[in-house]
Amino acid sequence: MNNARVAEQFTSYCRFLWKAVCDATDGSWWFYAWMILLTALSLTGLHAWAVQVRDGLIVTGMSDHVSWGLYIANFTFMVGLAAGGVMMVIPAYLYHDHEMHDLTIVGELLAVAAIVMSICFVVVDMGRPERFWHMFPIVGRFNWPVSMLTWDVLVLNGYLGLNLHICGYLLYKRFRCERPNSKWYVPFVYLSIFWAISIHTVTAFLYSGLGGRPLWNTALLAPRFLVTAFIAGPAFIIVLLFILRRFGGVPIAARPVQVLVNIVRVTLLINLLMVASELFTELYAGGAHTASSHYLFFGLHGANALVPWIWSAVAMGIIATVMFLRPGVAGRPVWLTLACVLAFAGIWIEKGMGLIVPAFIPSTLHEIVEYFPSLVEWQIMAGIWAWGLLILTVMLKIALPILRQPHPEENFPTRVCATSPAGNTGGHSHL
Amino acid sequence: MINNTPPAGPASAPEAEPAGGMTRRTAIKALGATLGAAAFAQAIAPLTEWAENMSLDEYLQKHYRELSPFDLGVVMARMEQITKEETGVDVHIGDYRPQPGVKFGYALNLSVCVGCRRCAKACHIENNHDRPSGNSYIRVLEMEKGSLDLAKGRVNYDKPVPHPDKFYMPVQCQQCDKPPCVSVCPVEATWKESDGIVVVDYNWCIGCRYCEAACPYHARRFNWTKPQVPAAEINPDQGYLSNRLRPQGVMEKCTFCLHRSRQGKLPACLEACPTGARVFGNLLDPESEIRWVLKNKRVFVLKEEVGTQPSFFYFFDE
Repeated sequence: MNNARVAEQFTSYCRFLWKAVCDATDGSWWFYAWMILLTALSLTGLHAWAVQVRDGLIVTGMSDHVSWGLYIANFTFMVGLAAGGVMMVIPAYLYHDHEMHDLTIVGELLAVAAIVMSICFVVVDMGRPERFWHMFPIVGRFNWPVSMLTWDVLVLNGYLGLNLHICGYLLYKRFRCERPNSKWYVPFVYLSIFWAISIHTVTAFLYSGLGGRPLWNTALLAPRFLVTAFIAGPAFIIVLLFILRRFGGVPIAARPVQVLVNIVRVTLLINLLMVASELFTELYAGGAHTASSHYLFFGLHGANALVPWIWSAVAMGIIATVMFLRPGVAGRPVWLTLACVLAFAGIWIEKGMGLIVPAFIPSTLHEIVEYFPSLVEWQIMAGIWAWGLLILTVMLKIALPILRQPHPEENFPTRVCATSPAGNTGGHSHL
Repeated sequence: MINNTPPAGPASAPEAEPAGGMTRRTAIKALGATLGAAAFAQAIAPLTEWAENMSLDEYLQKHYRELSPFDLGVVMARMEQITKEETGVDVHIGDYRPQPGVKFGYALNLSVCVGCRRCAKACHIENNHDRPSGNSYIRVLEMEKGSLDLAKGRVNYDKPVPHPDKFYMPVQCQQCDKPPCVSVCPVEATWKESDGIVVVDYNWCIGCRYCEAACPYHARRFNWTKPQVPAAEINPDQGYLSNRLRPQGVMEKCTFCLHRSRQGKLPACLEACPTGARVFGNLLDPESEIRWVLKNKRVFVLKEEVGTQPSFFYFFDE
């Protein structure tokens, strides 16, 4: 009896996976064109990475002076984007906003894609990626709890697992026409809220724990990381919701967008305040330890590669703040989309290149060697972004049927099963 | 404002397509999948080229501290063999262990250093450094007299030395007692040995470069590509944890020439110094010259405020 149930579950799960594959590979010609574009970009990036592994990181623009660059910049940003996905979940679960409930899976799927991308960015930064097994317990040597990087490995993979479980469970239950059992996912949702905070705090500690890099060695780093995450994440989700409404036929109520807009309004302002505080502390007192900030914002001894970038980021941040503060912005999709893009791009610069690179300039012996990403680095970066968007597209495609239900919780047993090709009969008793 | 328009765009999945459409679509899908697989194989082709140069033994090799003496002997013999095949040079790789009762310290007299950079060059040759990049574990700063501000120092000075208004400060690994590079390593590929030397297992390092970001002294180097040393210039006296030919994609650093110092010899940088600015010895031996310097000179360490507790000391005569 028990065996039969396990077997039934197994075949049912296989059918679920097969349906997911079918859903993910069927669509309009626009869908195919989009997927082909992303695949082509991913493969270009994969090839560039293969060349980099063969020839060494000498094909990048990095050096012993600036030993982290575009990859780690994007890694940091991606962890933030993943953490920002939770901003769909907090209003829904902590503040019991039921209209948000229907769309939380969008934030969770975004988190999955962003974590996969951040892990990819770490892997492509490694000089010997094939030695990844040196981190495994028993066969390898995992320098936990001393090394913050080991903490990051744990929290990132944990967050990935949590979100995969939550999304996978909800989708599978829907496939089986069953009402999700809250005890199998709600505790994980609450855990994921705290976990989201932890992934970005730990990532900030990676940097702020280094006494030899004054730019990073500040207690404000972790709070700044979180605040910028809660700009970039909701900004991305707002645009994503518009896209889902326009191209996916997903009904998007006004309320979730309004909640996200309210969040970004606050976090944008807090971030500006934090940037201003950092700048004041660095520049008013002065001293050798502020050289990196000088380099970033004004250039140092004629070296000024990042100056246009950071001022663009500041300008984008200020413009986005003004645009977001306009009354009724949530009802103006074009205006709001533009504001979101500006905020997102501004954070990408500020927390990416603007945070990682200047910590190395000047070097710890105060040599000034600048960094310019090579073509290979840009290709690999584009490849990983395309790969992440591909994963996100596929997952959203699978989740579309859920998203099209205005209130899945209520409609679950009847409406879904009427049209579901699953035709599952014995599925109601297994819990 | 609930948008209830019917699904459009990619959502209008072909559930109701005629059978003919389905087969055509399936055929196109199969074609696309085939093309994709071919493109994928092309894209990763450089990886297969690279993997051909690596043996399974090398890939599965254990951490240095988990290798038995016998296994380590096998590993070192394999490395000697590979060097012989690749360069034709007979090298000897030894496993030099710390001696009991020894903790190495280094002191440098800034009053007599003339900034000739012969120490940096000796390091370059002794440690089989990559020739095209001119790598060395030592950087010599030309400093303004009257200031210890590193921001006023320069490494790329090109006038005759010593300049009367300057003094010269060579910087290399400080072999810290609290090394941040060791704490941050996620896989324990770098550690501090009992005689104070911080070493790297080149065959365990994953190349994440976190240690390079953590070091406050710019003491660590990464092998951005496979180091190139002409066969005629290879130093054949090699240590497993020090100057053997390094693989691509891993970290390396100054080891106080442990293949020399652990056999009672002096580091190459000290032997090359024409002014006697460098003092090296056992901090645990009260009769050693280094202890005399620490006792009788007013020594200082670099960046004391970051709390790394270096075993490398600087001092002035007057």
